[in-house]
Amino acid sequence: MKFAVCVFPGSNCDYDTYYVIRDLLGQDVSFVDHNTKRLNGFDCVVLPGGFSFGDYLRAGVLASKTPLGNAIVEYAQKGGLVLGICNGFQILTELHLLPGVLLRNENLTFLCKDVYLRVENNSLPFTRRFEKGEVIKLPIAHGEGRYYVPEEELRSMEEGGQIVLRYCDEKGNINSQANPNGSLYNIAGICNKEGNVFGLMPHPERACEDLLGYRDGIILWHSLVA
Amino acid sequence: MKVRVLILPKRGLLDPEGRAVKEMLLDGGFDVKDVKVGKVVELEVGEGTDIKALVEKYLVNPLVEEYVIE
Repeated sequence: MKFAVCVFPGSNCDYDTYYVIRDLLGQDVSFVDHNTKRLNGFDCVVLPGGFSFGDYLRAGVLASKTPLGNAIVEYAQKGGLVLGICNGFQILTELHLLPGVLLRNENLTFLCKDVYLRVENNSLPFTRRFEKGEVIKLPIAHGEGRYYVPEEELRSMEEGGQIVLRYCDEKGNINSQANPNGSLYNIAGICNKEGNVFGLMPHPERACEDLLGYRDGIILWHSLVA
Repeated sequence: MKVRVLILPKRGLLDPEGRAVKEMLLDGGFDVKDVKVGKVVELEVGEGTDIKALVEKYLVNPLVEEYVIE
């Protein structure tokens, strides 16, 4: 597969993502910068974590107005696979490729810790190597990760299987104690109606090697190339 | 033409920043009913600029924010 890793001014997980795709997955990967106007010939486009344009105005909004932002929309509308991690997730909501918005964490602190997540939908190209209902562990690192969407849309997302990952405890229980940032419905990751665009706040690219104490992040990447 | 846009979180939405400021003020002994923290964007634009389009397309997220143009 041929991957693109999007680089905006302020992206800071771009090299980690590139490393995982090239060195751990053994796939072809290129960086594309924010002035890129077309995304041709790629099998998957990844928006990595970071602080694009310093999170000014709102996290992700300035990145969404770049030529690359337009190119991502065009690519996604043709059915291309798009994965947004953390700031990449924020950018995808600002591009309206994913519903809702990510707001300041409820407790106003930047969170950098491990969380447990329940895989609610394993039928996506991004999650097919997980079991449905499986509890996985990934790190989070964000200040604006509180997912919000109006109630009606939440219901239709739920019915359409668009809620992909939810924060849970070690046993898979969804409750407020396991919700790190106050996200609506404990939501940590969602997809679009068609299932080709996926955004999540946790960082799978940081959880790919036993050396780092994780094994669950790499499963997501293996799902993509399976 | 100078324009000032006041952007505030929508009513009814949790505004943790406003809540934190309110709690601080209450602790300081002030009788404060509510606090919302937003932002101000000052623009200098050419005559005939469609300010509403500019604001709604770029400056606010209508899901969670409301605005006033001065």
